Amino acid sequence: MLEIKNLHAEVEGKSILKGINLTINKGEVHAIMGPNGSGKSTLANVLAGRDDYEVTQGSIFFDGKDISELEPEERAGEGIFLAFQYPVEIPGVTNTTFLKEALNAQRKYRGEEELDGMEFVKMLRGKTKELGIKDDMLKRAVNVGFSGGEKKRNDILQMAVLNPKLAVLDETDSGLDIDALRIVADGVNKLRSENNAILVITHYQRLLNYIVPDQVHVLAHGEIRRSGGKELALELEEKGYADYSGEAA
Amino acid sequence: MAATLETVEQVKSLEMEKYKYGFVTDIESDKAPKGLSEDTVRFISAKKNEPEWLLEWRLKAYRHWLTMPEPTWGKLQHAPIDYQDSYYYAAPKSNEDRPQSLDEVDPELLKTYEKLGIPIREQEVLAGVAVDYVFDSVSVATTFREQLKEVGVIFCSISDAVQEYPELVKKYMGSVVPYGDNKHACLNSAVFTDGSFVYIPKGVRCPMELSTYFRINELNTGQFERTLIVADEGSYVSYLEGCTAPMRDENQLHAAVVELVTMDDAEIKYSTVQNWYPGDAEGKGGIYNFVTKRGICRGKNSKISWTQVETGSAITWKYPSCILQGDNSVGEFYSVAITNGRQQADTGTKMIHLGKNTTSRIISKGISAGKSQNTYRGLVRVSAKAEGARNFTQCDSLLVGDTCGAHTVPYIESKNRSARLEHEATTSKISEDQLFYCRQRGISEEDAVGLVVNGFCREVLQELPMEFAVEAQKLVSISLEGSVG
Ligand SMILES: Nc1ncnc2c1ncn2[C@@H]1O[C@H](COP(=O)(O)OP(=O)(O)OP(=O)(O)O)[C@@H](O)[C@H]1O
Ligand SMILES: [Mg+2]
Repeated sequence: MLEIKNLHAEVEGKSILKGINLTINKGEVHAIMGPNGSGKSTLANVLAGRDDYEVTQGSIFFDGKDISELEPEERAGEGIFLAFQYPVEIPGVTNTTFLKEALNAQRKYRGEEELDGMEFVKMLRGKTKELGIKDDMLKRAVNVGFSGGEKKRNDILQMAVLNPKLAVLDETDSGLDIDALRIVADGVNKLRSENNAILVITHYQRLLNYIVPDQVHVLAHGEIRRSGGKELALELEEKGYADYSGEAA
Repeated sequence: MAATLETVEQVKSLEMEKYKYGFVTDIESDKAPKGLSEDTVRFISAKKNEPEWLLEWRLKAYRHWLTMPEPTWGKLQHAPIDYQDSYYYAAPKSNEDRPQSLDEVDPELLKTYEKLGIPIREQEVLAGVAVDYVFDSVSVATTFREQLKEVGVIFCSISDAVQEYPELVKKYMGSVVPYGDNKHACLNSAVFTDGSFVYIPKGVRCPMELSTYFRINELNTGQFERTLIVADEGSYVSYLEGCTAPMRDENQLHAAVVELVTMDDAEIKYSTVQNWYPGDAEGKGGIYNFVTKRGICRGKNSKISWTQVETGSAITWKYPSCILQGDNSVGEFYSVAITNGRQQADTGTKMIHLGKNTTSRIISKGISAGKSQNTYRGLVRVSAKAEGARNFTQCDSLLVGDTCGAHTVPYIESKNRSARLEHEATTSKISEDQLFYCRQRGISEEDAVGLVVNGFCREVLQELPMEFAVEAQKLVSISLEGSVG
């Protein structure tokens, strides 16, 4: 589903990703761990096509299609979703309006019929119920006045509504209490199917007890230094990143 | 807009009826001589068959106008206006002079109509195309009038009112905005050509939203429009002015006057969408919109509420105000002003607290993009007798890009210690993060700007009557096209 080959990227002239290779197949869950500043969020942003992140070498194929020239909204339409490390506030725009705009924009991109207000609200109610999110959250402006944990949950709600092929979760577990963590994990597990793939960026092994990954990768200094099974996360938790502290030879 | 469509349908079904009121036929010329002089004023008055007192009033205004300086306190720049280079009266264009079909209309204009989702038939009307269903203001007014007459509401053109209800006009015209108020209002008083008159009798709740839509064809009356609305004791009316679709107009100078009067327990809700031609990207052309709008809450417990969405014009100079004379009266001002390209807007309000326990509320949202300048200018004045007066003011500015300017100029004058005045102001920028967040969810950059700005304006837009609100939202997005990327 996702095939990243020798990906180099820079931000404001600074080289950050230095040759990432990563293949994620349908139905798989991958986790990326790594020290602060190693380039995890940068990778997520590059996948999503953020403007200032320039790919200088390598390729990104999604569903067999080279997406490196696509605009962010086109990539979203192709089915890439990014749960943000820091979700953004949009004053005055209710969650319902935002989600409806987003979903219909994506449906339009894919040549599907747009949902009318009634159909949409019905679907949305279903999702909030499934995730145990209160309906009054829908009437509030996107992330405005939300607590850190609520923002993360809101991103998961968006994911559930948009039903992406590939979800990239950038530290969605940070700042969550135990119950919220479960909600987030539940949401992710509900999305999990043989047709979807998930990439989890996290610092904590704890999340991976709930969302069990097929593979774990260590990203350090802009490279994937090591890959392994879920036990790798336990090892990292124990030993830290000392083994990965040196720059590449 | 639904209201327009309905109107168009209605007009089609009416017998064609040429202008019967307002324009007398025994003056041959359809155009006043070019330029401004006493003769021009006399010509207009004669054309309209006006009573002597009104001619005298116009002449007084004209003579006073000659002595008045241009107001210069607005943060606006433009070349001096050559008042002698204009026509001050022109009869509505005959069909032969109009574009014969939409093919002859500026394609840019048509694109905007399309984006707003305006049906072809309405587009023709708005663009001033010669259509077989001649848009006769008078006959439409007549239809509406009949429905309104049943409840005693008077709604007609101000020219008609002069003929039919001279006492009312004489009593109230100029009572809120005296002819010498400012240079632009003074000019209007001398040469106003038409406008609306509304009288809501005691205890009547006007059964429909009153709208100027149906007079859309009178292209030239937009220039010096004069509106007077009087709400008698315990009455209510909601009045809509303007149009989301940009209107074609060859006159650069607009100087309108609107006066509102509420008696005890009466309420007027006045909503405007202004989308006149803003000029091209270099700032060439475009309407100079100098408007004097003022309401007086004469009676106790009365209320005047202004809501405006200003997106058009090269220059907007406009301060819809409330004089809160009656005890416990309430004034409100909700404003969205969007400037893009080279537009300049200097707009705000004045809340003059005279009565006891009067309250006012000001919510202003300014959005600047491109190379535009957008200024909020507001005055809250509390007189010594206005015991217990309260004001809440919130002015928010949003910048799109970094070549535009936003300015907030609040004036507060309080002569009563018991007054409680709150002022909040913010300035923010549409952030890259917001745009990327929206785009990552599938929303295009342009739609993302529209969404963020609509969110920013929400508090104001929700004050608009439903039928206006939906289109106003679209208009907000459209006005900002080309401002990012
Ligand atoms: N917009 C930017 N401008 C300048 N430098 C940037 C920008 N974005 C990221 N960087 C730099 O790139 C490096 C990688 O940052 P990134 O956010 O990808 O790290 P991370 O692995 O997600 O870290 P964390 O675990 O703290 O979230 C850091 O040194 C960061 O300062
Ligand atoms: Mg990060």
